[in-house]
Amino acid sequence: MSIEIQGINKFFDKFQALHDINLTIPDGQLTALLGPSGSGKTTLLRIIAGLETPEEGRIRFSGRDVTDLHVRDRSVGFVFQHYALFRHMTVAENVAFGLNVLPRKERPGKPEIRKRVKDLLEMVQLEHLADRYPAQLSGGQKQRIALARAMAMRPEILLLDEPFGALDAKVRKDLRRWLRSLHDELHFTSVFVTHDQEEALELSDQVVVMSNGRIEQVDTPLELYGRPDSRFVFEFLGQVNVLSGKIRDGVMRQGDAWIRLPEGCENDDAQLYLRPHEVRLTQAASDQAHLPFRIEAINLIGAEVRVELKPDGWECEELWEVGISHTEFNARQPQRGDRCFAVPDVGHLFCEHAAEPRTLEWR
Amino acid sequence: MAARKHRRVGDSPLARRTLIGIAVGLTVLLLFMPLVLIFVQAFAEGWAGYVSNILNEYTLHAIGLTLVVALLTVPLNMVFGVFLAWLVTRFRFPGRKLLTTLIDIPFAVSPVVAGLLFLLLYGSNGWVGQWLGEYDIQLMFSWPGIVMVTVFVTCPFVARELIPLMQQQGREEEEAGVVLGASGWQLFRRVTLPNIRWALLYGVILTNARAVGEFGAVSVVSGNIRGETNTLPLQVELLYQDYNTVGAFAASSLLAGIALITLVVKAIVEWRQSRN
Repeated sequence: MSIEIQGINKFFDKFQALHDINLTIPDGQLTALLGPSGSGKTTLLRIIAGLETPEEGRIRFSGRDVTDLHVRDRSVGFVFQHYALFRHMTVAENVAFGLNVLPRKERPGKPEIRKRVKDLLEMVQLEHLADRYPAQLSGGQKQRIALARAMAMRPEILLLDEPFGALDAKVRKDLRRWLRSLHDELHFTSVFVTHDQEEALELSDQVVVMSNGRIEQVDTPLELYGRPDSRFVFEFLGQVNVLSGKIRDGVMRQGDAWIRLPEGCENDDAQLYLRPHEVRLTQAASDQAHLPFRIEAINLIGAEVRVELKPDGWECEELWEVGISHTEFNARQPQRGDRCFAVPDVGHLFCEHAAEPRTLEWR
Repeated sequence: MAARKHRRVGDSPLARRTLIGIAVGLTVLLLFMPLVLIFVQAFAEGWAGYVSNILNEYTLHAIGLTLVVALLTVPLNMVFGVFLAWLVTRFRFPGRKLLTTLIDIPFAVSPVVAGLLFLLLYGSNGWVGQWLGEYDIQLMFSWPGIVMVTVFVTCPFVARELIPLMQQQGREEEEAGVVLGASGWQLFRRVTLPNIRWALLYGVILTNARAVGEFGAVSVVSGNIRGETNTLPLQVELLYQDYNTVGAFAASSLLAGIALITLVVKAIVEWRQSRN
């Protein structure tokens, strides 16, 4: 079931939480609403569920207008940030709740309900916890039960609010994979809210980046990371290195730093954005770029060695970060305080007088 | 190796024993002795005397009236308290903060003043009372007046117990219930009520204890008509003023008995609450 969101405006008193949101969430896909706190992502999710009412705009499920439909009649599955399990009910009673409150005519018989609950608990691999109370479960287990409860009504739309926010790193990774495989198996339309870029990029088919109640960009994870539309999206999705300067005759300069740009760059004030993996470290400047640094810190943990760099003879707001392989690190053994140069392979140029960024390649 | 005693600051045996001694002494002197004395005095004329005092026509009537007042007050304030707590914790509206403060008025005002306020409003010369008088409705100096002031004096107990709990529990579980298709009533019965049941019971116990024992406000509006508008606490005072000490203490022993039962039930409820 697809979700069409059209012209949504939402106010909390005088604060406008959402500005004219237009978005289509395709059928059967996993979509992430990604943004910093206060960006309106949770509000949008709650509006889709019907837990909040927008001042303006319509919501449609596969073309059917549900804007004025009450939450209880929208039959969506919703997983709350803190799970919201009923604390006085056992796990089995929690999962059966949706079935038990059905009107008598539609309610399945007791044995049928028992069987459905058993199947759902099997699906989340927690049959053995059926008689426990929520307080006796770990965070990851609560999350799975919350999911089983949401799935009990066989919804075609599943909404998840910060589903992995309160879990520790290891459990979070396991659950992510598990949700992905569950989604691939059952093919419902899911929307989940997150502030974790990694989670959004890893898990979803489509990412909606939001800030200050507006949609910044809607794209696949690959496109989003490779070609961000705006400085905000660029900075929000992972580490970024920035050179601010003036372009004169095809060369961008600031202090001692300069880069020769490919052809077709107008004279302007501009910022060059570079991902850590789009930059190489060398001991001598090349003829296309002169970006001198001092090594500020070296972090060996992880698949790559992360080197933090402080500009030498020019300025930037935040330290640069470049990743080099452990092999390269062992061969060269750079030390803190060493002078070195950065050479970009790919960069994204934001000019003051251009609406869209330009992706540059030097290779 | 010789065992060495480790002591924390302020943990010297002298200080500890002195403090425990003072606490126990005061408890016995101020709480336990008077309670025992009530029963000693009540049974001063033996079992038969006790029973005949209790079976006194006016005392029996006072017991009946007190039960009626409690029976009307407790359910009323239970519903009112749940309603108020729900309103204050689940909705945002202008004046919400003011309302939570106003709930405490009956706690802040002396019961006698509360009684006088009701007399002023609903008495035969009062603003509302005059108008009611035209329809031959008399609230003061009769049982409806007693119920009214008792409701007033005891109305914060349930709400005061529920508000912090419901605030802490938040509305997420209720939202989860609605998303799963529960109607308003199903939500209240299956989600909200089970979550607040122990706090609600606790509030009801406190309400009941106060409703049964209220003296000040009731004495102002009751008019002290023997066998008509005397509740048990008023009857105790009346008997005492009649120099019927044993009768007064026999009636008191009933109130003390209710208090003791209340304490036991309260302890059980608190134990259940801490277990959840």
